[in-house]
Amino acid sequence: MTDAGRLRARLAAARGDRPLPGISLAWAFAVLVFVVVAAILGLALGPVSLGAGRVARELLSHVPFLGVESSLTETEDAILWELRAPRVALGLIVGALLASAGAAYQGVFRNPLADPYLLGAAAGAGLGATLVIAYDVGDPLGFDLRPVAAFAGALLGVATAYALGRSVGGGRSTATLILAGVTVAAFLTAVQTFVQQRNADTVQEVYAWILGQLETSGWREVLIALPYAVVSSALLLWHRRLLDVLAVGDDEAASLGVAVARVRLLVVAAATLGTAAAVAFSGLIAFVGIIVPHAVRLLVGTSYRAVLPLSLAVGAGFLVLTDLICRTAIAPAELPIGVVTAFLGAPFFAAVLRTTRTVGP
Amino acid sequence: MTVLAARTVGVVLDGARVVDGLGLALERGDWLALIGPNGAGKTTFLRAVAGLVPYEGSIALAGDEVASLGRRELARRTAVVPQIPVIPPDMGVLEYVVLGRTPHLPYAGAPGRRDVDAARAALGALDALHLAGRRLGSLSGGERQRAVLARAVAQDGTLLLLDEPTSALDVGAQQQVLELVASLRAERGLTVLAAMHDLTLAGQYADRLVLLDGGREAASGPPGEVLTEELVARHYGASVRVVEGEDGLAVVPLRPRVDAERPVA
Repeated sequence: MTDAGRLRARLAAARGDRPLPGISLAWAFAVLVFVVVAAILGLALGPVSLGAGRVARELLSHVPFLGVESSLTETEDAILWELRAPRVALGLIVGALLASAGAAYQGVFRNPLADPYLLGAAAGAGLGATLVIAYDVGDPLGFDLRPVAAFAGALLGVATAYALGRSVGGGRSTATLILAGVTVAAFLTAVQTFVQQRNADTVQEVYAWILGQLETSGWREVLIALPYAVVSSALLLWHRRLLDVLAVGDDEAASLGVAVARVRLLVVAAATLGTAAAVAFSGLIAFVGIIVPHAVRLLVGTSYRAVLPLSLAVGAGFLVLTDLICRTAIAPAELPIGVVTAFLGAPFFAAVLRTTRTVGP
Repeated sequence: MTVLAARTVGVVLDGARVVDGLGLALERGDWLALIGPNGAGKTTFLRAVAGLVPYEGSIALAGDEVASLGRRELARRTAVVPQIPVIPPDMGVLEYVVLGRTPHLPYAGAPGRRDVDAARAALGALDALHLAGRRLGSLSGGERQRAVLARAVAQDGTLLLLDEPTSALDVGAQQQVLELVASLRAERGLTVLAAMHDLTLAGQYADRLVLLDGGREAASGPPGEVLTEELVARHYGASVRVVEGEDGLAVVPLRPRVDAERPVA
């Protein structure tokens, strides 16, 4: 090293270089507060206002050794735990799944416009749900078949796109996978539109499903979605540093020792599992998978070590707040949540595009 | 110690034989440059050594066949500096260099203090520690190439594969980067296999040259034997003058038929 180089090195060391990106304690705390506040507002507000303070007391009354007593009446307690809490919990799960899947897709495809529906999950889920609604399958197994059909359709759509992409490009090119996703989505949407046209009497019901909703009939949906959410989130969080390595492209990542095709398959599978679980119970909620990760990037930078966990948490809180708007804006009627996320998301995204020169994946 | 031994290596891409029957050997500390016209197979051969394309024949790293080594083990032994690296503009330089530690981490594992220290040491070895806190997108071409080299050094392999490492740099930055590689080679005993377009630089920095044409070896040996006006004319279709000075050879392109094009007074 030259004398000048040694001097520069000493100066840099004295200044303290930018540390490696991760989640700072401040951001972790801020996002935790955001999620808790969103959840309490989601529980407190609605046609019958329970009051945020009283809801907080009710929640704390279940924490042992605190000695806090709830002031809710029996009816209010039922509204909280049987109506709102399952819906808020489902909102947290769906928001977390869509936002983390979107962030993961953007990383694995190095494409800022990638969303959880990129590889045909939406089209597959849409076709599955449409078939069940249009042909009035009912509930031969004793439960609503729409979520099952949507879940299976989403998985089938992505699996077909992935198989098609790999058969063409050997899994090495993200462009071929994306094009395969576009192809499969176009085909499935064509079939779905055909089925819908042939059964015009069910158009409104299909349309309502496609616009998304977070209606629950108790804790059942939450309990079914939860294991998928845990598996999907755990796998995605586990791979967050490898998503950083993929940022240098497939070839360079491979020369750094990463089995690129295997990592991509695992991440896509995990994100798809989460997306399928989300669409099964919430329909197609647009834009969460794009705007939340990009908003997080604006705040904390592009490293997936921070973007992925924070997107998961912010997505959870964001969807609960959006659902709150849906429930209260034109009460007692409800707005479709997909409409509200797009209505809020589109101007936000336009602002992001105007204020940043580049939108990194 | 033989770091790399390649025998009758062939690579077929989309039905075309891009590398054909190539063989070479590198001892520890060697610097061998692959030269040849565009499409001669230089990059493809480097990619085969890095395990990025399937090959025929044998490529052994310290006695172990490349095709039988796992991706991580391969990345621990060889580091690649690509011709056009993908530079995520918002990534910090230190974070980028730490990516070089990936093959030393457990699957999906996070880098620890030791990895960050190794990355800093790599930046220091390239006189680039002052860049650690910068974003990649804010670096000049020469600074960026130092960051890419630092990532390769952080990989801590024995074989450095350079693919046209100076093709996008001005003449000053070219010299700086190659001098840094030369000092790494001297200080760390790195073995260098480089595809190089600039024949003068190849002749000045490499111990041996292998001239490729159509995927085959056309000539090999010390720079003085390979960089001849006759061989360059035959394989590049170029008119050059090879000038021998105190600091080595210089290959100077000549403009063909200058007299015929001179305007009539």
